[in-house]
Amino acid sequence: MIIKLAVLLPFFAAALIPLVHKFIKREQIGWFVLAVPIILFALISSYIPHTANGKTFIHTLEWIPSLSINFTTYLDGLSMIFGLLITGVGSLVILYSNFYLSAKESLHHFYCYLLLFMGAMLGVVFSDNLLVLYTFWELTSVSSFLLIAFWHHRKASRAGARKAMVITVSGGVAMLVGFLMLYAMTNTFSIRELVAQVDVIQQHELFIPALLCVLLGAFTKSAQFPFHIWLPDAMEAPTPVSAYLHSATMVKAGIYLVARMTPIFGGAETWFWLVTSVGLLTLIWGSFNAVRQNDLKALLAYSTVSQLGLIMSLFGIGSLALAFDFSEELTPVFALAGFTALFHLMNHSTFKGALFMMVGIVDHEVGTRDLRRLGGLLPFMPLTFSIALIGAFAMAGLPPFNGFLSKEMFFTAVTSLQHFDVFSLESAVVWMPIVAWLASVFTFVYSMIIIFKTFFGKYHPERLDKEPHEAPFGMLVSPFILCALVVLIFFFPNVLAHYVLQPALASVYPTLPLDAITPHISPWHGFNLELFMTLGVIVLGIVLYKTKRYWSYVYTFLQPRHSFNALYEWIVTTTENTSQRVTNKYMNGYLVHYFTYIYIIFLAVIGGYFVMSGAFNFDPSTDSKVETYELMLVCIVACAAVSLLFAKSRLSSVLITGLIGYSVGFFFIIFRAPDLALTQLVVESVTTALFLVSFKYLPNIKPEPSAASTKWRNAIISVAVGSLVTIIGLTIVNYDKFEPISKYFENSYELAGGKNIVNAILGDFRAFDTMLEVVVLFIAGLGVYTLIKLRGRKEAADIENK
Amino acid sequence: MKINDVILRTVVKAVVFIVLTLGIYLFFAGHNAPGGGFIGGLVLASAVVLMYLAYDIETVQKTMPFDFKKIAAIGVLLATGTAIGSVLFDVPFLSHTDAYYNLPLLGKTHLTTVTIFEAGVALTVVGVVVTIILSISEEGEEQ
Amino acid sequence: MESVMVILVGVLVAVATYLILSRNMIRVILGTALLSHAVHLLILTMGSLKKGNVPLLSDSDGPYTDALPQALILTAIVISFAVTAFVLVLAFRTYGTNKTDDLQELRGNADE
Repeated sequence: MIIKLAVLLPFFAAALIPLVHKFIKREQIGWFVLAVPIILFALISSYIPHTANGKTFIHTLEWIPSLSINFTTYLDGLSMIFGLLITGVGSLVILYSNFYLSAKESLHHFYCYLLLFMGAMLGVVFSDNLLVLYTFWELTSVSSFLLIAFWHHRKASRAGARKAMVITVSGGVAMLVGFLMLYAMTNTFSIRELVAQVDVIQQHELFIPALLCVLLGAFTKSAQFPFHIWLPDAMEAPTPVSAYLHSATMVKAGIYLVARMTPIFGGAETWFWLVTSVGLLTLIWGSFNAVRQNDLKALLAYSTVSQLGLIMSLFGIGSLALAFDFSEELTPVFALAGFTALFHLMNHSTFKGALFMMVGIVDHEVGTRDLRRLGGLLPFMPLTFSIALIGAFAMAGLPPFNGFLSKEMFFTAVTSLQHFDVFSLESAVVWMPIVAWLASVFTFVYSMIIIFKTFFGKYHPERLDKEPHEAPFGMLVSPFILCALVVLIFFFPNVLAHYVLQPALASVYPTLPLDAITPHISPWHGFNLELFMTLGVIVLGIVLYKTKRYWSYVYTFLQPRHSFNALYEWIVTTTENTSQRVTNKYMNGYLVHYFTYIYIIFLAVIGGYFVMSGAFNFDPSTDSKVETYELMLVCIVACAAVSLLFAKSRLSSVLITGLIGYSVGFFFIIFRAPDLALTQLVVESVTTALFLVSFKYLPNIKPEPSAASTKWRNAIISVAVGSLVTIIGLTIVNYDKFEPISKYFENSYELAGGKNIVNAILGDFRAFDTMLEVVVLFIAGLGVYTLIKLRGRKEAADIENK
Repeated sequence: MKINDVILRTVVKAVVFIVLTLGIYLFFAGHNAPGGGFIGGLVLASAVVLMYLAYDIETVQKTMPFDFKKIAAIGVLLATGTAIGSVLFDVPFLSHTDAYYNLPLLGKTHLTTVTIFEAGVALTVVGVVVTIILSISEEGEEQ
Repeated sequence: MESVMVILVGVLVAVATYLILSRNMIRVILGTALLSHAVHLLILTMGSLKKGNVPLLSDSDGPYTDALPQALILTAIVISFAVTAFVLVLAFRTYGTNKTDDLQELRGNADE
């Protein structure tokens, strides 16, 4: 129950912001917003003792039970980790942005989007129902779009936002297809029930397609190769957003999905190969590219890509633990990979968050983040330097920081592949550790670049926009808290392991004995292979860093026009141009032509099918009796309709339409529909009044200037459409293959407590329709009001494209 | 659009109250007899339109000093609020409930949350219809 | 009665189609209004006519006429009112800006 409210609280707070904005000063909104993640963090962490004992909390709220869509919140170890990350990093980021963003920005929008994101992200990790998860998943994409484009007057921001949106949402749609396949296999959207039916799923022929679709969603969201291209462009967002969405939380949603789905798909050969090799490829490609960046934030973006690849590949290796029966020797070896993935997930969030905040401080206080202009900042910003030092050394995998522990365990995991001989692993045993090791070398190199190119070297005051000085205290609080965590986790890793990581491991491997697979983390293992690998990384890393200018010409082989970015641009522009060309051919601006297309297609498709199927059936014998007065009414309406064609003035046209409308009302009376008759009569009066009122602003009807041939063509189309509707109507009236469903509604008194069946349908049985109809009505009213009140502003077009 | 017609105005004065009463009656009758949110709302709106036809906008706005846009918005909030509200009581979205109560003066009364929902519908209809008509005619006065 | 009504619906649809295909904005709007009348009658007819009592449980013991089409039409009436109002305002705003009510002349820019 509390978790459900936790998911909803950010949304409520976001809705409150416009109200709060009215009463307090703009710069104070951030403090109001800050309360939300802090409360949630306290709330969620109060569950830690329970989840540490293996308890899970589940609360179901029936939403649309008939379609098995329920808002079920599920709190277990895995969602606990992510919940802590989202709210914890969220608190720090909001605290940080209170100082980072100036009060001149439209802060109320910013925090509204940020809360929207927080709620959506909590929704993703706490939902048990796949469709609800999908909804929140896309909501995170939408809020990320809004946040990247926060400075929407900049062209690059808009382009970056669009790219992120296109890639992640397409992946999300693929994921939805995968979810629907899972539903087709098991008839449930609940993740827990899916895990229970894992045998059914793995035998099913849709298993591989579903796996691919789900992975596509995870890979696009977590910026895996080759979908990583959106992440560097997303760095156009304000730095707090980059720190929060694009390094600590949103990009980890894909990781979350992979972890969550490991019990279902893990153990499949395809899963292992795809997740591991894509992860490793992303790892090396990201770190290799990070080294050549000149923008500090772009460097961090590529490093995030590469670290996400690392975590992904660990989950891939970890899935091997499910590939065979439990064995005392091997299972813990592979489960270690899964454990390391969770561990590194936490570590990465801490040190990368600190590094992003550090870059934000440099940008804020110096005015640039270009490495070619920076240098020698150490005397001016000693505190910021210590943040950079701790963050970068942790990223490079050096002691005494938490990155060292997880990096060593990562090496253990990749080298452990040699213990295993199915899935034709022999080749992988060789290349996977090498790739991992090389990537770590590059990681070391760019970590050194961050420290030494920014804070050491020659100081060039003429290249900087501002006089550098230390950041205000408030901006330093958040990164220092993260740095403290980086060090604390190194010294007390097993506290974290016991309370947070072990329960999460239980969610990833629900079938394995937990105590047997939980490793004990220790910084010292003796002189083993992993230690030598780390030493090698340091040595080669220093050599490569020192000699960078001699070998960096290799990057010239990476031509921009052969990149994935170019491919993406090519796809987007080609699609746009082609569709524009095609559309211009038939969209010629004549409304009459569009109507003609519609009618001709209607005639061809519906009429053609009707003729082909030979369904025509005319049987007036079952009709009810025709009374004389009814026939008279029919004649009146028909005559009025025909005379409408020849009406010369608009007044007579409107009166004739009114006459037809009132007659329809009389038909409703005859046909036992008193509600309809009442409504129709009132609406007809109001409509006629409306026409008369607005005629003041419209000219009178002139005779049609069209050529006779056009008129004949229109007449033929009209008669054809009318006849088609008639014959289809005649056929369907006598169609009796299905029972009418209206018997159900006749129990309206028992089911809905109303004796007027029509109103019971409107207010209860089909109240969803009515609710949305009310909304539509409101929108139409607003549309009318705006059309009249708002005059077009000509200058509005100029603020774009700065 | 100003019509100086004493007879029309006198008749409208009386008729508007009848129409308003009818609208409210129809709204409440809707549960068991013809009527309901849509019809009640439309009849109420037509009373306002009638007043507008007989008098000018200033008079109508003086007699009924409401912002009809806000009324429509409140209606939408009520309708969606009842829908979402049911979620807070741990029942599916848009569930309704009803019960009989013994109220003072009215005796045994049938109360149901559908009425709140229908009130939302009625308010939206009134608000939107009057907003449409009034904004069209105000357009004329500005020109 | 059903057959007669369907034929009447056919006539209304034909007239509405002709009006919609004309070049004058008012006639197009009237055409859409007429088309919605036709559709309402068609939906009602599909639920078969006069084969039961008014769908009020308090009035009689049944059988009742099909209440579902009635509920659908009730919604449709209100919506079509809103749409008509919107289109009408759109029309006179268009006329106010462009000084023409001939749809042939209202083509927009070639590059859009």
